[in-house]
Parts: sequence; structure tokens; C-alpha cells
Amino acid sequence: MTATEDEVELQAAFDGTIARNDRIEPRDWMPEGYRRTLVRQIAQHAHSEIIGMQPEGNWITRAPSLRRKAILLAKVQDEAGHGLYLYSATETLGVSRAELTEMLIEGRQKYSSIFNYPTLSYADVGTIGWLVDGAAICNQVPLCRTSYGPYGRAMIRICKEESFHQRQGYELLMTMMRGTDEQRAMVQESVDRFWWPALMMFGPPDADSPNTAQSMAWGIKRNTNDDLRQRFVDMTVPQAEALGVTLPDPDLRWNDERGHHDFGQPDWEEFMQVVKGNGPCNAQRIAHRRRAHEDGAWVREAATAFAKRTVGEASAPVVEEVAQQPSRNPGREGT
Amino acid sequence: MTQEKEWPLYEVFVRGKRGLNHVHVGSLHAADDEMAVRHARDVYTRRNEGVSIWVVKAADITASSPDEKDPLFAPAGDKVYRHPTFYTIPDDVPHM
Repeated sequence: MTATEDEVELQAAFDGTIARNDRIEPRDWMPEGYRRTLVRQIAQHAHSEIIGMQPEGNWITRAPSLRRKAILLAKVQDEAGHGLYLYSATETLGVSRAELTEMLIEGRQKYSSIFNYPTLSYADVGTIGWLVDGAAICNQVPLCRTSYGPYGRAMIRICKEESFHQRQGYELLMTMMRGTDEQRAMVQESVDRFWWPALMMFGPPDADSPNTAQSMAWGIKRNTNDDLRQRFVDMTVPQAEALGVTLPDPDLRWNDERGHHDFGQPDWEEFMQVVKGNGPCNAQRIAHRRRAHEDGAWVREAATAFAKRTVGEASAPVVEEVAQQPSRNPGREGT
Repeated sequence: MTQEKEWPLYEVFVRGKRGLNHVHVGSLHAADDEMAVRHARDVYTRRNEGVSIWVVKAADITASSPDEKDPLFAPAGDKVYRHPTFYTIPDDVPHM
């Protein structure tokens, strides 16, 4: 059998798995383009979670109460966790975690443009939870059914946790809306700033999104950018009404014929500028990530040195002792 | 950037509650076994998802490969008599 025939057979098996709506798993053969697209998409998603810690982390020390501080800490810790789930999914495709971090820091891989906008007021913590995490949920729920197994499983875990993120944000804004005129104005001002960038999170219009068709054929993406954007607008309008804020779009109105809201287009030129690295906080976000990585180098080195020494010291009696600790020995697990 | 050696990859298994098997939940990097357990707690059980964690170095796992041409699972394929539905029993025989 020639190599070409072999490849045809492998491709046919892959196509069959996709056609059956079955999942592709790490050790399966897959077309190089499929692998490359997944690495780009999952890594970009992972980087977004990691960079996404910064805008909100900005307010941890200034949260107005212990309750709000504990919530915000938990949320930022979740974002770190989500980044790790996704890095671990990317690694199943044969890329190492260290490479991914390096590509982020060197600007060779991207993250969501939304995190290049600053958090200027505490109300932004609420708006990010409501609108940004709300948009993320819209994007991510269909990804739970993505064709690549490890990605779908990571998304399931993430979606479960995002619900807390969105609700805490909305509740924060509701609390502020019950406060003073000044607090209500803070909420409105924050919503005005984040509405359009939140709509941009779904990516460019379908006509300008050349990769969408292939990604959908591969079952990586399940909906187009414009479909998801529409879904988000339809979901958000009644939430804005309940909250008592105005969404800053003069063209936003219900269209009875379509059964959906009509709405205006975000400034796509601004979007392209932010994607290219010219947003308000691009340089700051990457510089901070680089600093955190470099400042942590000695900790990683120390842990490696410690691990090496512990392994070197391991002798028979120590092994015996370990065996008696149920939690350390799967074979004798007690719980 | 400094060239440092990456920590080994560990696979993580969590027992959701007593009475259930440990189930694979994902992976992480750690310098040693103990750190792997601590990281696994922080990454995979922030909301009481588990009562017990196993970690094992990914390199220590031996796996069958799904794309292998040799028929690893074939021996089970033609043994339909291993399933209860293979046997026809009249409907009016109780408790079968």
C-alpha cells in the first residue's frame, strides 16, 4: 500500500467521524489544517482567559466590601483555571505550555480584543460580568459540542463556572442601580463603554470571516459570528430593561418580521486596530504578563530543584511511608 | 526569555463522591507528585467537585491507540453471545 492510499483512508476515517457528529480524540489522525486551526483557536481562547485576569484584577484591592472582594478574587481565580483547562486541551495537540506562553508574550498568538480596554470604574467589574461574560457564554455554549473532544470537555467545565461570573456581575450592577444617582450614572457610563466592544467579541461579520465555513465544516465552530451576535443582542435587551440602563445604539429596535432585534454595526475599523495591537491597553497587558512570567522564573526553578533533591533522597523506608498514606496510593485508596 | 525545562505533565483523576470511580478530568504541569496534587485541587476542585484526587505522570501511561490498524478490540466484536440480548426467552417468563 502506498503512503497516498494510506492517507486517503485516514482522511476518510476522519471525515466519517465528523459526519457522524462523533468526537475526534488526541491520538486520532487529523488533517494538518484541522490541528492548526484548533491550536490557534484554543490557544487564543486560553490566552484570553489569562489576560482577562488583568482588567478585573485591577479592582481587587479596591473592592468596596469584603464580600465583593472575595467574589472578585474567586472570579479572577476561575479565569486562571479556565486558562489552564484550555492550555491542557491545546497540549493534547502536540504544543507545549511553555511554547504557548512564549507565543503570547512575543505577540505571535492573539487573545480576545475585549481585554485591551481599560477598567476605569468599579462598575466595570459588574459590566464585564454581565456583558463580557454574557457574550463569552453565547460563544462558548455551542463550543461544548465542538468536534475536538478535549476542547469540548474544557468548554463544559468553563460554561458551568461562567454562569456564576455573569450573575455576580448583573447582581453587582443591580445593587448599584438601587443606589444613588451618581452610582446609576456610573453603571450607564460603564455600559456605554463596553457595549460595542462586547459585540465585537463575536468577531468580524460573516462576510469578512473567511475561516468560518471551513471551521463549521470541521465541526469546530457550530454557529457563525453574526448568528451568535444576534443571539446575544436578543438575550441582552430584556436584561438591560430590567436593569434600567440604555444600550447605546440608536438603531436598536425589535423587528417583528424577523423575530429578532435590529441593531447597528460596531466600529470595525476600531476592532481591526485593537486586533493589530493598537488598542488602549495592548502593550500594558502583554508587558504585565511578561513581567509576571519572568518574576515567577525563580519559583519554577526552585520547585524543580526541590523536586530533583526529593527524588534523589527517596529510599526504601520513604517509599514504604508513602504507601501507607491512602491519599498518595491509588491502590489502597480509602475514600 | 530564559530557557527552562518544563515541569512534567500529569494527568488528573477525581472521585466525584464516595461510591464513584475516579474519572479523568484533565492535566497539568507540576514539579513533583505532591505539587501535582495541590495544583489539581486548585485547578479541578474549586467547587467541591471531588473527595479524592489521583495524579499520574502522563509519560507513565500506556495507552491503546484508536487509529492502530491491528484489531485490538476486534476479539470482542464477533462475540454477541456475551450480551444478554443474544438469548431469546419467552416474554411470560418472569424476572429474566
